[in-house]
Amino acid sequence: MKFAVLVFPGSNCDIDMRKAVEDTVRQPVDYVRHTATDLSEYDAILIPGGFSYGDYLRCGAIARFAPVMGAVRQAAAEGKFILGVCNGFQILTEAGLLPGALIRNKTLKFRCHPVDLRVENNRTPFTSDYAAGEVIRIPIAHGEGNYYCDDALLARLKANGQIVFRYAGGNPNGSVDDIAGVCSESGNVVGMMPHPERAVSELLGSADGARMFTSVLGAWAVRTGARAAGSGAGGR
Amino acid sequence: MAQQTTVQEPTAEQIAEQRIYRRFGVTDSEYELICGFLGRKPNYTEIGVFSVMWSEHCAYKNSKPLLRRFPTTGPRVLMGPGEGAGIVDIGDGQAVAFKIESHNHPSAVEPYQGAATGVGGIIRDIFSMGARPVALLNSLRFGRLENDRVRYLFENVVAGIAGYGNCVGIPTVGGEVMFDASYEGNPLVNAMCVGLIDHDRIQRGVAKGVGNPVFYVGPATGRDGIHGATFASEDLTAESEAKRSAVQVGDPFMEKLVMEATLELIESGIVLGIQDMGAAGLTCSSAEMASKAGNGMELYLDEVPQREEGMTPYEMMLSESQERMLFVTEPQHEAQAKAIFERWGLQCVKVGKVTDDGRLRLFHRGEQVADMPVRALVDDCPVYHKPSRVPDYYVKNASVDTNRYAPVEDLNAALRKVLDSPSLASKEWVYSQYDYQVRTSTAVVPGSDAAVVTIRGTRKALAMTTDCNGRYVYLDPEVGGRIAVAEAARNIVCSGGEPLAITDNLNFGSPEKPESFWQLEKAVDGMAEACRALGTPVVGGNVSLYNENERGAIYPTPVVGMVGLVADLDHITTQSFKQEGDVVFLLGETKAEIGGSEFQYAVHGVTEGRPPAIDLAAEKKLLDAVLGAIRQGLVASAHDLSEGGLAAALAESCFERGLGVSADFATPLRPDLALFSESQSRILLSAPPERADALAAWLKARGIPLQRLGTVGGDRLVVKVNGRPAIDASVSELCHIWKEAIPCRMR
Repeated sequence: MKFAVLVFPGSNCDIDMRKAVEDTVRQPVDYVRHTATDLSEYDAILIPGGFSYGDYLRCGAIARFAPVMGAVRQAAAEGKFILGVCNGFQILTEAGLLPGALIRNKTLKFRCHPVDLRVENNRTPFTSDYAAGEVIRIPIAHGEGNYYCDDALLARLKANGQIVFRYAGGNPNGSVDDIAGVCSESGNVVGMMPHPERAVSELLGSADGARMFTSVLGAWAVRTGARAAGSGAGGR
Repeated sequence: MAQQTTVQEPTAEQIAEQRIYRRFGVTDSEYELICGFLGRKPNYTEIGVFSVMWSEHCAYKNSKPLLRRFPTTGPRVLMGPGEGAGIVDIGDGQAVAFKIESHNHPSAVEPYQGAATGVGGIIRDIFSMGARPVALLNSLRFGRLENDRVRYLFENVVAGIAGYGNCVGIPTVGGEVMFDASYEGNPLVNAMCVGLIDHDRIQRGVAKGVGNPVFYVGPATGRDGIHGATFASEDLTAESEAKRSAVQVGDPFMEKLVMEATLELIESGIVLGIQDMGAAGLTCSSAEMASKAGNGMELYLDEVPQREEGMTPYEMMLSESQERMLFVTEPQHEAQAKAIFERWGLQCVKVGKVTDDGRLRLFHRGEQVADMPVRALVDDCPVYHKPSRVPDYYVKNASVDTNRYAPVEDLNAALRKVLDSPSLASKEWVYSQYDYQVRTSTAVVPGSDAAVVTIRGTRKALAMTTDCNGRYVYLDPEVGGRIAVAEAARNIVCSGGEPLAITDNLNFGSPEKPESFWQLEKAVDGMAEACRALGTPVVGGNVSLYNENERGAIYPTPVVGMVGLVADLDHITTQSFKQEGDVVFLLGETKAEIGGSEFQYAVHGVTEGRPPAIDLAAEKKLLDAVLGAIRQGLVASAHDLSEGGLAAALAESCFERGLGVSADFATPLRPDLALFSESQSRILLSAPPERADALAAWLKARGIPLQRLGTVGGDRLVVKVNGRPAIDASVSELCHIWKEAIPCRMR
């Protein structure tokens, strides 16, 4: 299975994302620059956190115009697995590949600390290794993580099961309905503010995020009917 | 404050007649020396260049004689003071580069940008050596939070550090914040950066190879920060607010791009010399690079990218516009260098040439507009041996008996007061604004004794901390200096690391005052002695003088930034009690020493007497023994005793997991003194019951004074003194006080 980690000018968590893939599922992973226009060789596209384009204008507002986003759009349409974390989530909402918007934290301050998340939807390719309703411990680190959608959109998200994660032990940023992550209607594009790639090792405080990577490996294996080699996917 | 766009610059004669140079901090005798070096009177550009190169900030002219007293070499030191950062070997062909720097004066008038650009500057110092920055720390001082302006400065300094560091993607993993009236009006903002580098990649700031081109990288130069170095070398007054234009403006996104591109450039192997443009911008970087190579340099100022119209040579040379670098390579590598920067969307422009005549020549609009000998700019700045005098307060404090206060009977109330003291209380309000986990290498996050950052591909890690107790240094600078180094080493060891070396930021008042200079001199002596005793040479640092205003000077605050090597991930240790039943030990001797203590300040409202004593030989023995015990796997938690003494250390160890402790402290001292004394060379250890005897035996065999205090368990902090109740409080109640102290005052 081939993973792409997109790198925009100002992306920071690309290294973390790559390390997470290497350490959890041990599959090939490439950094792909924002100028690339072809993502066809990749099965999963990970859009990492950071401050792409310095968060100028709005977080992710400029990245959505980067050349690579055309290929991301195409990959999404083809049903490939796409995960946007933090700034990656912001880029996907700006690009219209995910519903809603991320605005400034209600407290107006950047917040960095672990949070409890409830897995509301374990039928996405990235959450199938979790139990429905399971509470996991994942860190956040953001200043603009306040997920917003209007009442009509919220109703649709609920009806379609597009809410993937909610904050469980207290909402750190004031997001609507405690939403921490959502998916597209098709389900193959997932975005979340917390950082699962920072929770893949007990040494770093939590390994609860590892199953997001094993899940997508499993989803790919099912899709391609292939056997994933040396992946450690035995956590299902 | 608007800057004029077209200036009728004074002539060389006018500068002499009207003594315009004095405005730039140049004295009459220095001016005479400059005329001597030039063989004529300097023009406006030249006096501008000399004034910043000869400022205290750039030249260390008042502190150099003292800095020579530091030990700067050792078997592991690969690069000592004098370059962007110090570099220490950590084995396997790897090294750690680190340095601390201050941005005190800018932060006093423009706290957000002052702090942000402080962070930017220190990051550049690290990556200009070729090292990948892996962590940031800071050491902050403010006045009392009851004061509106202090809250404004505190809030914005923290926001500035967060805004810059988070965007560049380097985790801010540790630091300290202390509050005291002496810092009102003169906040201290010291930023430290730590980076990793392979031995064969280490770069230096040298302009090597006569005829080689000199390149400028980064955003265009503007008028921000002109005379920033001069501003940093003088006292703050009511007029200082008008010098806001001397504060630089930072763009962390630009820094991220410059950092990645620079590291890529260095990786390509074509760089001969590289330096960041920090204080005194183009002036300092060009002069120093030329000086270190024993060469000269020509700069073609028309080539310098400018973002404002009509900039004069003076303005271009003195601008402290951020995120710019200067480097030298061979002519045939120019295209390759430019291609790297283009990929990152950055401009890389040839702005000069290395020469062999030892002069810094500037050209603008077809004319040579300045011509100065490099030696005069960098090496021949006069060095001053300032007079030193013992202050009256120090003499008076000799006879102050800090044991004369009425005994404090309600020790629960005293502990609550101490935990509510912002200097000691939880700093979560601060560090939760910092991304301390980006790069997913932070094994010990803010809140424990030292931060620990892992090194991928190895089982090693780096422990790091910043420490200084300004009260101790004020009460006795030499002892306080020793303690600053010792405390840092204790924090490193308690985290499982072996102390390697330090970087220092000397924050003091005006050296023109003999009493202030005495403080500086004595503190340096104390630090130097401790560095020798503990085997931690000084590999670089910064001096910030003139931290005073009309009301007086700050407490002398020599901040120590220390890095240690954790030999194996299994050694990583934190301060919190781990499980019920663990046995708690107090190592070291407790005497009645509350001079300069948090207890004396919070409960008795004074800072007087002498600080605790320190025996460096005993400290070294303690540190070796504790590190050994940790490496043997005998230790569950380790916490050094500092502010708040034993009572605070016990409470702090309970907070993270909410585990209580029952302790009985045997002591000849009165209970309040026993529990709040800040005697040095003491550490609190806990061990699982099956290891407790082995731990005790290990320590006893090494002659460490040891007392078994009690056991971890329950949800209360219960401390007896000689069998009699002294403290009995709910851990969650104490934790709440400790956690809310700062948020409460910031609402």
